[in-house]
Amino acid sequence: MSLLSVNHLNVVFRQRHQDLQALFDVSFSVSRGERLAIVGESGAGKSILGYSLVNLLSKPGVIDSGSVKFDGRELTTLTARQWQEIRGKKIAMIFQDPMITLNPVLSVGDQMVEAIRSHTRINYNDAKKLAIEKLAHVRISSPAQRFEQYPHELSGGMRQRVIIAIVLLLRPEIIIADEPTTALDVTIQAGILQLLKQVCEDNGVALILITHDFGVVSRIAERTIVMYAGRIVEQGPTLEIINDPQHPYTQGLLNALPQMALPGQRLNQIQGNMPALNNHPSGCAFHPRCPYATDKCRENTPGFVFSGVSTVACFAIEDMLAEFDPEGGWQGEVEDE
Amino acid sequence: MSQDLILDAHNLKQHYDVKQGLFQPNAVVKAVDGVSFALAKGKTLAVVGESGCGKSTLGRMLTMIETPTAGELNFIGQDLLSLSKDQQKQLRQKIQIIFQNPYGSLNPRKKIGAILEEPLVINTSMGKAERKAKALAMMAKVGLKTEHYDRYPHMFSGGQRQRIAIARGLMLDPEVIVADEPVSALDVSVQAQVLNLMMDLQQEFGLSYVFISHDLSVVEHIADDVMVMYLGKVVEHGSCEEVFTQPKHPYTQALLSSTPQLSADKRRQRIKLEGELPSPLNPPDGCAFHGRCQYANDRCRIETPALRCQANQHLIACHAVEEERLTPYDGAA
Repeated sequence: MSLLSVNHLNVVFRQRHQDLQALFDVSFSVSRGERLAIVGESGAGKSILGYSLVNLLSKPGVIDSGSVKFDGRELTTLTARQWQEIRGKKIAMIFQDPMITLNPVLSVGDQMVEAIRSHTRINYNDAKKLAIEKLAHVRISSPAQRFEQYPHELSGGMRQRVIIAIVLLLRPEIIIADEPTTALDVTIQAGILQLLKQVCEDNGVALILITHDFGVVSRIAERTIVMYAGRIVEQGPTLEIINDPQHPYTQGLLNALPQMALPGQRLNQIQGNMPALNNHPSGCAFHPRCPYATDKCRENTPGFVFSGVSTVACFAIEDMLAEFDPEGGWQGEVEDE
Repeated sequence: MSQDLILDAHNLKQHYDVKQGLFQPNAVVKAVDGVSFALAKGKTLAVVGESGCGKSTLGRMLTMIETPTAGELNFIGQDLLSLSKDQQKQLRQKIQIIFQNPYGSLNPRKKIGAILEEPLVINTSMGKAERKAKALAMMAKVGLKTEHYDRYPHMFSGGQRQRIAIARGLMLDPEVIVADEPVSALDVSVQAQVLNLMMDLQQEFGLSYVFISHDLSVVEHIADDVMVMYLGKVVEHGSCEEVFTQPKHPYTQALLSSTPQLSADKRRQRIKLEGELPSPLNPPDGCAFHGRCQYANDRCRIETPALRCQANQHLIACHAVEEERLTPYDGAA
């Protein structure tokens, strides 16, 4: 059974004159110990999705309909008090900027002890011992000294390690990491990703990694979800998606990477921009930028089909599949071009 | 490198005094410590390094936003630092800068037209109609529409703002553009649009770029020459191809191996770097990289390696390379 399952989640920002919909009918699930990546550009709704999973959506954003189930328990109807039992303890979140997450006027140690003691009955010295142990676990040098230091005394990578340590203290079952390495240098980023992957493996923790960077995804995630304009457009195994992207948006995104063109040549670009919330296109949201768009795409929203590689919401793929097999099912011989 | 040199620097230094307290002597931060390079017309020099390595300070010196504490900076043979204020002002028009954050670098209270015309108002005697014509022509070049002339920056997306910033940089027909992380705030698909635009403009106007970036995959794509900096010093400098296929300096190798790669076969065996960039207030003796380098020996800890030419104008500052102590770099392990 899946640990977390999201079904037909719709998130809306209530405005005085109109409602702006940020997430459309998002469904996916995560199993125990699985590492899932959610990829998309700014405005795709990936962070909103992350926030709505832990009930951190800020007004005027609300979950309009749909369900989020954790271990069989419905989360969308929980009260604030019930959430305290879940958030941090069962589902933990790591944000992009460690300096915003950490309290600048408390020492690292105090924050860690606070985190433990607010969820479990344990005395200070035991909590401290546990905290130092965790600091060592995330490979922070001289953990006993770091315990006494303040966040500003640490470097960016070190701060993110401290946060991972805090998150691990409560033994969560899922960690949601929202762009955890975007603010870090590449050499530091690689270390943090490696650490995240390892702590998840060691402790059997599931990971939802929200990122815009396919390079990061390929390192860490087993399964990938690609989002565009508030919808999931493609999901499937990471390697398959990277090697053989199906949805035109995923293709465009991967082709736009500088590695995909010869040095000095023009990069493959996707024309246009991600639509704004108040200007959501009809039909498939990607159609104004899509080279394969037809009238059908402009009018109807595509459903999901399995392309043989991944699950895709695209009429072009659907039509291609139908051509291969008049019955409309999948026949196995789907090739690009 | 005998083509027409546009910009060349010799031993540029930027040292800052930092107050340590009332009774303590000032400390010196060597943000950039002896950087030399030569940039030919129509070429792109990329400056790469982690945060704090001095790459942005270098960019600010090249555009004379900051005056270097020492060194020589020549623009088509003229030493920029020894010129009078007036002459500097003239030449400064020829070296323009594009900043990283297109949200911070455009005045939110000015319309796009005014933003683009401002350099002309200050530096030329053009009439109003002439200025507008030039602004509109430039907007067309960077892919903005005529109706954008009367809009404010907040009405544009990040990619479009960066186009505006590029257009503004080009208004005075510069020879050199210093681009300080021009695409790192942008999404991948928009990043591709802006990079394509920059390459097109380079061809059209024969621009030379100093491209400051931390993103090696972008650099590999756009650069002719690459200069890798570490703690204010250049550790490796060579043609893009040499540096990317045969990186010699252990730091460059580590940097390359850390860059996320899509395909497993292109992924390099990751070289783990211990620790982080040391504090520039208190740089280590000898080679600044020795604390994180797997090849460091006693000589590295004491003696600062000089930038030496190893082969094909490939400059490396490393004792281990010189003494051939490195294990051969396996590109695609």
